[in-house]
Amino acid sequence: MLKDLFKETIWSLSANKVRSGLTILGIVIGIASVIALVAIGQGAKNSIEKNIEAIGSNLIMVSPGSQRIGGISQGGGSAESLTVEDANAIKNEIENIKAVAPTATKRSQITAKGNNTNTQVIGTTEDYLIVRNVSIDLGSFFNDQQLKSSAKVAVIGPTTRDDLFGTEADPIGQTIRINKMDFMVIGMTVAKGGSGFSNQDDVVYVPLTTAQHYLTGNEHINAINIAATDQNSMVVVQEQITTLLMARHKISDSADADFNIMNQNDIIATATSIASTFTILLSSIAGISLLVGGIGIMNMMLTTVTERTREIGLRKAVGIRKIYINLQFLAEAVVLTFLGGFLGIILGWIMSLIVTRFISTLTTSISLTSIILAFSVSAGVGIIFGFYPARRAANLSPIEALRYE
Amino acid sequence: MINCRNLTKTYLTGGVETHALKNISFSIEKGEFVSIIGPSGSGKSTLMHILGALDVPTSGEYFLDNHEVSKLNDDELSDLRKNKIGFVFQSFNLLPRTTVLRNVMLPLLYSGLSESEREKRARECLKYAGMEEGKFKNLSNQLSGGQMQRVAIARALINDPSIILADEPTGNLDTKTSHLVMEALKELNKKGHTIILITHEMDVANYADRIIHIRDGMIEKDEIKK
Repeated sequence: MLKDLFKETIWSLSANKVRSGLTILGIVIGIASVIALVAIGQGAKNSIEKNIEAIGSNLIMVSPGSQRIGGISQGGGSAESLTVEDANAIKNEIENIKAVAPTATKRSQITAKGNNTNTQVIGTTEDYLIVRNVSIDLGSFFNDQQLKSSAKVAVIGPTTRDDLFGTEADPIGQTIRINKMDFMVIGMTVAKGGSGFSNQDDVVYVPLTTAQHYLTGNEHINAINIAATDQNSMVVVQEQITTLLMARHKISDSADADFNIMNQNDIIATATSIASTFTILLSSIAGISLLVGGIGIMNMMLTTVTERTREIGLRKAVGIRKIYINLQFLAEAVVLTFLGGFLGIILGWIMSLIVTRFISTLTTSISLTSIILAFSVSAGVGIIFGFYPARRAANLSPIEALRYE
Repeated sequence: MINCRNLTKTYLTGGVETHALKNISFSIEKGEFVSIIGPSGSGKSTLMHILGALDVPTSGEYFLDNHEVSKLNDDELSDLRKNKIGFVFQSFNLLPRTTVLRNVMLPLLYSGLSESEREKRARECLKYAGMEEGKFKNLSNQLSGGQMQRVAIARALINDPSIILADEPTGNLDTKTSHLVMEALKELNKKGHTIILITHEMDVANYADRIIHIRDGMIEKDEIKK
């Protein structure tokens, strides 16, 4: 009996290849697009989070506020309100701080051996290594002595090394020219990854005093990076810094503050919410594909109802019991949706792999939820619309079914 | 073999009762070739559906081989049709895109017979119905009308039924092919099969040995030809 049912199902599906093929195609497209799109969204979210974590841990950043000239804002960071003394005060007067690194940053043209590149030159202190999770790969970072004496030494990122000296070259002891002055390369950082504007490997570090004397030409700093000792103390530390800086800058109303303070959790939260929005967008597109696929399945199943109703009438007339007719049509719907679902999962998986292969910064991540969701929706639609009309037809009297137009 | 007593069938459409059959009683013996003839609306199709166990009468009794058909449920009716009745329809009703052999084997589904036994039986029935062996593997939609009806006759024979019910079997065929199909049915009757033919054409009805005339849901005339 079961063998007959199985054979009849397979035969019926293969005798109507176009019909079966189109139904499977609808399912495959629906499922594959859901899986691939959700995998891309998830991958984007993961890579954003990874990039942010690479910045450092328990990080609080203070940057100058917007300068107001006659009531007109000049934009964030335009004020020259932060000084090294502010940084020292934070370090000395506030508890639960691991390290404080003031930075004075300037984009400069850098040349070496006829190669040149335009990159970020960051003047900072030794604490920067702790605050921003930077490690040294070759040579060493500058020390206190070099900071005090405004030594013309530089530590470069691996991308900058590649641009100036070529990959695999040893940059230690080489000379680079920044702003028409010679600097000696004394170290290179470990690659952190990241890309575009936030590439933390395309960078040149020099002592803060050196940057102030030779590059920015003033005593101001662009930012103070603070690492709190742990996650729990971050809120308190952030409040204390705000109070301290307002007192030092003689500001009584926090709305008038000439600096901005931000912690890493805020950045992560913002970026995660952007990534989530992105995932929702992709999921909606995927959902629409699934809907379209579902309608396709429904159409295929319903347009064949006329022909199939007569077939059911004939089967009943020649004496096949209702239960076997129902079972056969159910089995057909199950085989179609499972075959389509299986192919759809494979195709979605391949599409995700292709995206990972060709977009180096994005590692897609296939989620089990999307597989289960896509599969069950299409299986549900397929089985309901494949089985329900057949069941109705099998309940008709054979004469009515045979006459069905 | 077939015994009908006081068969009535009433349809209710839109609150109006239509009496399709009014107190029909008759019997048919094994080996007979009977035509049931009547104009459209006479109730002959309703009678055929009841005789074919496709429908049950509103009242009255219908015995087929001593089974009281009017008391059976849906599954029992299915089993009865499978074992006792072979149908030949006006519009052939073959499965499309399906080989001749598979069409003939359809009633043997879920019968527990082996595949080779089924095919052996189907080949015998097809030869019996006068089908050329070269066409056994053709798809049903590649056949002519006459060939399709032969396949349908072979399908009707496959379970060795007590009666063969032919509902306007020549309705979709030209005169020459009609003649061939009717000759094939007559041949089956000579071999001992009971055949009931439903038609509205006198020419076709005349192939039978006995003609039951139906009009307005009642038997008008029951004539036995010699």
